[in-house]
Amino acid sequence: MRITQGAFSFLPDLTDAQIAAQIEYCLRNDWAVAIEFTDDPHPRNTYWSMWGHPMFDLADAAGAMQALRECREARPGHYIRINAFDPSAGWESVRLSFIVGRPAVEPGFRLVRREGPGRTLHYTLESYAVGRQPEGERYAT
Amino acid sequence: MGANEHVAIDAKKRYQAGVLKYAQMGYWDPDYEVKDTDVLAVFRITPQEGVDPIEAAAAVAGESSTATWTVVWTDRLTACDKYRAKAYRIDPVPGQAGQYFCQVAYDLDLFEEGSIANLTASIIGNVFSFKPLLACRLEDMRLPVAYVKTFRGPPTGIVVERERLDKFGRPLLGATMKPKLGLSGKNYGRVVYEALTGGLDFTKDDENINSQNFMHWRDRFLYCMEGVNQAAAQTGEIKGHYLNITAGTMEEMVKRAEFARDLGSCIVMVDLIVGWTAIQSISHWCRENDMILHMHRAGHGTYTRQKNHGVSFRVIAKWLRLAGVDHLHAGTAVGKLEGDPMTVQGFYNVCRDTVTRQDLPRGLFFDQDWAGIKRVMPVASGGIHAGQMHQLLDLFGDEVVLQFGGGTIGHPMGIQAGAQANRVALEAMVLARNEGRDILNEGPDILKAAAEHCRPLRAALDTWGEVTFDYTSTDTSDFVATPTAA
Repeated sequence: MRITQGAFSFLPDLTDAQIAAQIEYCLRNDWAVAIEFTDDPHPRNTYWSMWGHPMFDLADAAGAMQALRECREARPGHYIRINAFDPSAGWESVRLSFIVGRPAVEPGFRLVRREGPGRTLHYTLESYAVGRQPEGERYAT
Repeated sequence: MGANEHVAIDAKKRYQAGVLKYAQMGYWDPDYEVKDTDVLAVFRITPQEGVDPIEAAAAVAGESSTATWTVVWTDRLTACDKYRAKAYRIDPVPGQAGQYFCQVAYDLDLFEEGSIANLTASIIGNVFSFKPLLACRLEDMRLPVAYVKTFRGPPTGIVVERERLDKFGRPLLGATMKPKLGLSGKNYGRVVYEALTGGLDFTKDDENINSQNFMHWRDRFLYCMEGVNQAAAQTGEIKGHYLNITAGTMEEMVKRAEFARDLGSCIVMVDLIVGWTAIQSISHWCRENDMILHMHRAGHGTYTRQKNHGVSFRVIAKWLRLAGVDHLHAGTAVGKLEGDPMTVQGFYNVCRDTVTRQDLPRGLFFDQDWAGIKRVMPVASGGIHAGQMHQLLDLFGDEVVLQFGGGTIGHPMGIQAGAQANRVALEAMVLARNEGRDILNEGPDILKAAAEHCRPLRAALDTWGEVTFDYTSTDTSDFVATPTAA
């Protein structure tokens, strides 16, 4: 399977030039760009690890692209995403988030059903990769 | 009409038993200085032939506040001048002979805090049936900050909804399940599963799906949640289905809401026809239960569509934002249902702005400060398809749910393919816009290029690419945008 979180997962993986263009868009909007990575891509895993702080004062995309290259090298076999943070009043939240790196093989999730009274079911998602290996060793590189 | 008929007369004569002009009773005051705390309303009135427009405006102010048809001495036991609404301005409607925009100010003390039922009972209580008016339409309102602050507003709002869903930087995608009526719970859940797995974020019950014989509500909820969770497992994304909890009584509605919550649904929906009090109650319930509240504006066309009589949808949207809904159907401009693009954009501004600015071409008569109340996510639904993606994104931006019902379920390669086509078209268009491309002009080429790596999108464009609903709108702008001198 292919995890389709993020704004562009239905498109072919973005090239570095395409990623840089999206970062430029974020900078034009005065959004801070952040890189995050994880090997636990559960949709409710809100807090991926931060690759450094959000970059608040970038003049262009080059610095963020350099940080992305370093992250990819240090964290092979991980999901990597770029988040853009808008600090303006009324937003103060992420305004764009897209995946820029993913493991070669994505085993996906098992849907666990726990039966309750009156035909009710309680559902849980379990990641196959997370279940079988500890952090850092979950995906082939 | 003599000018003195427009002037309030002194107290001694004013309270002699009998009938006076409304203007003479003090409901017309062209010198009135609007207070920051006043509730303001602008009505489009069409006086009967021979009725003086100023007297008609005064009558609207009178009948929507303290007046009755005759003088009553009991007024004198009150600070009646404060409680009287004042019509303070009247303008002919551009290009519409016999119609006038009249503006009326209401003192804040006229309204109970936190009650849309009370506000509407005053403002639209009985003036719309008033004989001297041929027709009357409430065009817009300015709700003072002091009043806005008495409402809790949307339980979730755009920002928190996106954080809960973990979806940022693109419109959300939805679809209404079809056929609307007749599917069993099991078959219905299949459509939910296929559409969500294919790439949609949300699926939706239609307005009239409640608990009929062919599908009882519990069955629907159980099978839909199976579809939602199965789709989440297959995509690694958070998915949702707007479970329609509209029911015959408030108690039954809450019961259905609680079942939706217990099954793990992130969202429920109600129809506008449940009424203001029920909407505010269920909104409070949603706030207590971390639930997103989707509002389907069923029935609004009966009073919003015709320009000369009723209530503009921009007013309904303002009331709903205060009453507290998270999603609101606000038109598509390009789809099958009524909607002039400028007018529809005005509705979107009401939903999404922190401060809505006066914008006459978009039908917005007043500045409206929303006082930090959360934003409502507008929903565009009804006869839209992937081939219009560039127009939709250009008109409405990112903060919208685009709902392609027929455009998903009617896809020649199946429901999953239909959903995938819409998602690919959307992501390709957002990517291109962010890259600085002119999507309005290059849109068709961007879609064609995206279709090269997505056969379902190719098929969608081949099937619906040329479909348009090119009819004249009835609810259109009264003010033409004129370029200002540089």
